[in-house]
Amino acid sequence: MAYSFPEEVLEHVFSFLSLARDRNAVSLVCKSWYEIERWCRHRIFVGNCYAVSPEIVIRRFPELRAVEMKGKPHFADFNLVPEGWGAYAYPWIAAMAEAYPFLEEIKLKRMVVTDESLELISKSYKNFKVLVLTSCEGFTTDGLASIAANCRHLRELDLRESEVEDLSGHWLSHFPDSCTSLVSLNMSCLGSEVSFSSLERLVARSPNLRTLRLNRAVPLEKLANLVRHAPQLVELGTGAYSSEIRSDTFSSLADAFSACKQLKALSGFWDVVPSYLPAVYSVCSGITSLNLSYAAIPSSDLVKLISQCQNLQRLWVLDYIEDSGLEALAASCKDLQELRVFPSDPFGAEPNVSLTEQGLVSVSEGCPKLESVLYFCRQMSNAALIAIARNRPNFIRFRLCIIEPQAADYLTLEPLDAGFGAIVENCKELRRLSMSGLLTDRVFKYIGTHAKKLEMLSIAFAGESDLGLHHVLSGCDSLRKLEIRDCPFGDKAVLANAAKLDTMRSLWMSSCSVSFGACKLLAQKMPRLNVEVIDERGPPDSRPESCVVERVYVYRTVASRQRLDMPDFVWTLDEDSSMRYS
Amino acid sequence: METSVATELRLGLPGRDESEAKITSVSNKRSSSEMDDSCDPQQESVAPAQKAQVVGWPPVRSYRKNILQKKAESSSDGSAMFVKVSMDGAPYLRKIDLKFYMNYLDLLKALQNMFKCTIGVYSEREGYDGSEFAPTYEDKDGDWMLVGDVPWEMFVTSCKRMRIMKGSEARGLGCL
Repeated sequence: MAYSFPEEVLEHVFSFLSLARDRNAVSLVCKSWYEIERWCRHRIFVGNCYAVSPEIVIRRFPELRAVEMKGKPHFADFNLVPEGWGAYAYPWIAAMAEAYPFLEEIKLKRMVVTDESLELISKSYKNFKVLVLTSCEGFTTDGLASIAANCRHLRELDLRESEVEDLSGHWLSHFPDSCTSLVSLNMSCLGSEVSFSSLERLVARSPNLRTLRLNRAVPLEKLANLVRHAPQLVELGTGAYSSEIRSDTFSSLADAFSACKQLKALSGFWDVVPSYLPAVYSVCSGITSLNLSYAAIPSSDLVKLISQCQNLQRLWVLDYIEDSGLEALAASCKDLQELRVFPSDPFGAEPNVSLTEQGLVSVSEGCPKLESVLYFCRQMSNAALIAIARNRPNFIRFRLCIIEPQAADYLTLEPLDAGFGAIVENCKELRRLSMSGLLTDRVFKYIGTHAKKLEMLSIAFAGESDLGLHHVLSGCDSLRKLEIRDCPFGDKAVLANAAKLDTMRSLWMSSCSVSFGACKLLAQKMPRLNVEVIDERGPPDSRPESCVVERVYVYRTVASRQRLDMPDFVWTLDEDSSMRYS
Repeated sequence: METSVATELRLGLPGRDESEAKITSVSNKRSSSEMDDSCDPQQESVAPAQKAQVVGWPPVRSYRKNILQKKAESSSDGSAMFVKVSMDGAPYLRKIDLKFYMNYLDLLKALQNMFKCTIGVYSEREGYDGSEFAPTYEDKDGDWMLVGDVPWEMFVTSCKRMRIMKGSEARGLGCL
């Protein structure tokens, strides 16, 4: 019989473990540790809402205070997942409302959240503090009104990038005068104008407010008033940064900003009038994060602002910055860690700005701490990629989107295999990679050989045969998420690597060459994988088994493989090995 | 695995018929009129050729596309806003649809293309000082103004016509 520490002691020891990974390890030691740990876990993260069921979670962890969850696969961001596929938050919210009266935090990403869910949240938890809805949809401003009205101790309301049906701006006025606990408010995705006086009073009575992200409808003339009420702000998202040029508006704004000694992050800047940018110059030296990705202004104006921000660590910007602007960035911002350059005209056939691979090369040369890149451009060369890889072996995230699918090296007309090969070979800590351009199976061989820490890989219009996919699945030891579209990868690679899929969170393949027969076979072989065939052409068994499916989404799960909320274009394997839909 | 998978050797570019059909560029060269009145409200660019769009490519989130799109919805009549544009020294005038552009940057680039001139960069203090040409416009009150002083939306609704002046002449119009 084993004697161990009393439960209370173990519980106290476990309370120092915050990482889920550590707690998971602890719970595997023995049954009693499993029991003790599960009673004192307060925070969970569910990477795929269908990997587990609310019942299972609630049964195991009775004392949760914070839940974070993700729903749809990443490609849903680009409309590759049909409407109505799933990821409904309501079943979780309803189950948790009963089980966790002391729940404080809910963070959801890419899930469908209804007003009903929001109302339930607002009424079920007495101590509710944090609501973060990232890229969610399905709710209206009425739902927000419930949250505002009923959550007495609300600290964070963050709607980043969600699609909200904006019925009116009136929801904000539902915050009672007694609510003074706000720390973070992000309403930047909303369209309607809120009552400015309500907003102003809310800001004025929230002494702990650190993050305020306004929406486009808040006019520049009123920004100074708000900022004046919150000089303690750490993160500010402006509204439209546009107004008739008046010196009193300018000086009022500049004064207000100069009082913000803690400001570290700026965003917003819709409809920028460059003449007003100098109003923020007084805070620039403290700024570490700048999001100018809505600011359509010439490179010279962007550079004037950026070169004031010597401590900049993160920059999001439009390609109006051009190569010359990126060169200036490389010269002034030596602490830069993350750069994202978005396309101003993604669907135009001709380039509208002078932004090429050279901009990225300059930044990789000049910024020694650069580790995370998202770059849209229209031309690339192996030489540039090789130079970038050699300059920056410390890349963790490298996402390159060459706008034309299957664009070759513009200098040599060769595939970009060597370039991306250099990236994975040199950047040994690379965790995330998105590729584009002309790519053969060779690049996947490089990836399988070198990208041992790679966790997420996105592939589009690349490869030549199953060998490509096989290299990735058999070589990338740390792979968790693989998303593929429009590649000639099919049955052989998937079936030969079926066991690998059990070690990953998910595999997405759309417009590839996976047959219905292979999907069935995979589902039969791997009982703990859910193989969802997502096909809008009607039942897959009305076509020959060799027929290729439109999309297949494979994920590991301990919940039932027949989720109850499947729409009529999703098929999964039933117990009797036939593909069924709900 | 290697022995059983046939590695297809190809001489041409990899790719499949299906996807190639989807991504074939469609060249919509403009007809002689600068502006097609039945223009597709989704078009955002001045460029003559538009691609047939592949779903979800390039991978730009829809809220980002919407932000940059001209707020044509807010000017709900949907009709165009044609103004005449003259340039000093040019033998004839052109007409452009102001609603087609998203901001000053777009407009100036288009004008430079159209008239093969350099307009340069606007600054509040000096206007287009130093540039060969300066863009001006006549507003609702009949006054000639320098392009760039007022917010874009205001400009679009108040501009009646435009004149690209020689830089030397425009100096008097700069904000003082």
